[in-house]
Amino acid sequence: MTQEESRAAYWRANLRLLAILLTIWFVVSFGFGILLSQPLNAFSLGGYPLGFWFAQQGSIYTFIILIFFYAWRMNVLDRKFDVHEE
Amino acid sequence: MDLKTLSFIVVGFTFAIYIAIAIWAKASTTSEFYVAGKGIHPTLNGMATAADWMSAASFISMAGLIAFLGFTGGAYLMGWTGGYVLMALLLAPYLRKFGKFTVPEFIGDRFYSKTARIVAVISLLVMSITYVIGQMRGVGIAFSNILEVELATGLYAGMAVVFIYAVFGGMKGITYTQIAQYVIMIFAYTVPAVFIAIQLTGQPFPQIGLGGTLAGEDTYLLDALDKTLMDLGFAAYTSVAGMTMLNMFLLTLALMIGTAGLPHVIIRFFTVPRVRDARKSAGWALVFIGILYTTAPAVGAMAMYNFINTVQPGPVGDPQGNVIIEERPDWMLRWERTGLLQWEDKNEDGRLQYYNEANTEFAEMAREEFGWEGSEFTRIDRDIMVLANPQIAGLPNWVIALVAAGGIAAALSTAAGLLLAISSSISHDLLKGVFMPRISEKRELMAGRISMGAAILFAGYLGLNPPGFAAEVVALAFGLAAASLFPTLMMGIFFKRINREGAIVGMLVGLASTLLYIFLFKGWFFFPGTNVFPDTAEYWLFGINPTGFGVIGAILNFVAAYAVSSITKAPPEHIQKLVEEVRVPRVGTS
Repeated sequence: MTQEESRAAYWRANLRLLAILLTIWFVVSFGFGILLSQPLNAFSLGGYPLGFWFAQQGSIYTFIILIFFYAWRMNVLDRKFDVHEE
Repeated sequence: MDLKTLSFIVVGFTFAIYIAIAIWAKASTTSEFYVAGKGIHPTLNGMATAADWMSAASFISMAGLIAFLGFTGGAYLMGWTGGYVLMALLLAPYLRKFGKFTVPEFIGDRFYSKTARIVAVISLLVMSITYVIGQMRGVGIAFSNILEVELATGLYAGMAVVFIYAVFGGMKGITYTQIAQYVIMIFAYTVPAVFIAIQLTGQPFPQIGLGGTLAGEDTYLLDALDKTLMDLGFAAYTSVAGMTMLNMFLLTLALMIGTAGLPHVIIRFFTVPRVRDARKSAGWALVFIGILYTTAPAVGAMAMYNFINTVQPGPVGDPQGNVIIEERPDWMLRWERTGLLQWEDKNEDGRLQYYNEANTEFAEMAREEFGWEGSEFTRIDRDIMVLANPQIAGLPNWVIALVAAGGIAAALSTAAGLLLAISSSISHDLLKGVFMPRISEKRELMAGRISMGAAILFAGYLGLNPPGFAAEVVALAFGLAAASLFPTLMMGIFFKRINREGAIVGMLVGLASTLLYIFLFKGWFFFPGTNVFPDTAEYWLFGINPTGFGVIGAILNFVAAYAVSSITKAPPEHIQKLVEEVRVPRVGTS
């Protein structure tokens, strides 16, 4: 693989990862927390109606997990494509 | 010891810490002044970013807005945290790789144009100054609270402190101070929340308490709150009320995109040593922010619950059910002095009623059956709820003093970060970058300090007559960042084909459309009384609240930039190469 091809492959892998993570980001906050919140409120988590929980708690926890997963996954990709820093 | 003295001691003590740190780490070179010499550990940087980011809007204002909005207040919670995902995934690592001091510098280089850089500086100034207005209101409220004076007097005191504080340090001083401020802020926010959660639900964690049952009962707190509110003619706390679903969606998105385009937060990622630290640093920042943001909804709901039960301790409609004016608690007296809490005994029964008078059916019924002549709280400023919360719950004085110190820390740290962004964009981007390339370091620093002073005066004036509650004003600033800077930064990295012409037109279209929409409803340059239309839903275009319009501006920016770029010449070879290099942490050798 030439350096150019390798870089293009790295970038494609990065974009694929972004697409997956941003889909989760959207579904959890805008989906569960807003658009689907009312039907989800039929379920509950302790005293929390589920849609309300996603809007005021759950989405925040999800965001944190997403970023750390991304940071970990990108480090793996960096090494795989030999573009990692020392 | 009385509350005032105690507040002075606690606030004074925290100030002594900040000043000590500022002196210890006094900036000596321009590089240290702007980005702390690029030598800050990712976890510490995350903590400082959190302090920088969590402003008076987060600390003082947000939970109060949530208290009165209920479920839809989640827009602020999701919007101000979800943006970090965009920042970490789409911007931070690449901008770190690019390795410049400021956001306009990146835009100027990527789009090979001084004009693009100037437009970016203008966008940055407009949004930063709007943001500082929101902070100034917060600073004013915090100071009027501890000094027990009117809002205006509190604001003047606050302006003086912010000025001295911001002019002193520069980024290095600020970074270390902000770590101290984060610790004080989070302690001040969570301690009263824990106390109140235990009082109400028997749970030490507010995040769990909010979903728990009332202490010693089987009723869930949120169910009890829903019922209490509905008994007084309000919508249920957990229902869609206060804003439409569309506006909740748009506001959330505008705050997210805006967060990712916020220059004073982005420059924090220039201060970490490596690209991979930039990725992780955003995660740490969100952890530290998340501690406050998952506590805030509990603070909001519990403050509302306590507030209503203070005003309405007995059954609704019972002539003895409401608080007697002569016996009203101390915290009311205290906030009446600032002018931010006002009441009027409309039916002259010597008691205070609080209910939803906009609900005509309920108001009519209450007039006939209970003899209520209107809700008697003529002013409850949302921004006092967090500061008043421990007083409403009857917590000890040292907790109340601590919250006051935390509120001041929040407002100061962000105001300082923003003023730094303002001063660096004027002195570094405009003067040194464009108009006076030969300016000496010393005069550059001086120019930066003078622009800080001017910004404080302007923002302070508007802080007295703000276009909304602190968190709402700050939301406007985010809309502006969403419409102008984020799309351009993102396209600069992800779309090689976007050229100078596209970027400039895009930024101008995004900024101008959003600014125009805001000014139409909030007044020209936010000066009170100069608005063209009343700021109510009937007049909004498609019912879109000005706080959420940044999303539309961002879409216009994307479309304009793409359209203009595709009909004009592609960016030169070396720029396309530059973009490719920004995309990898290290240029491979194999």
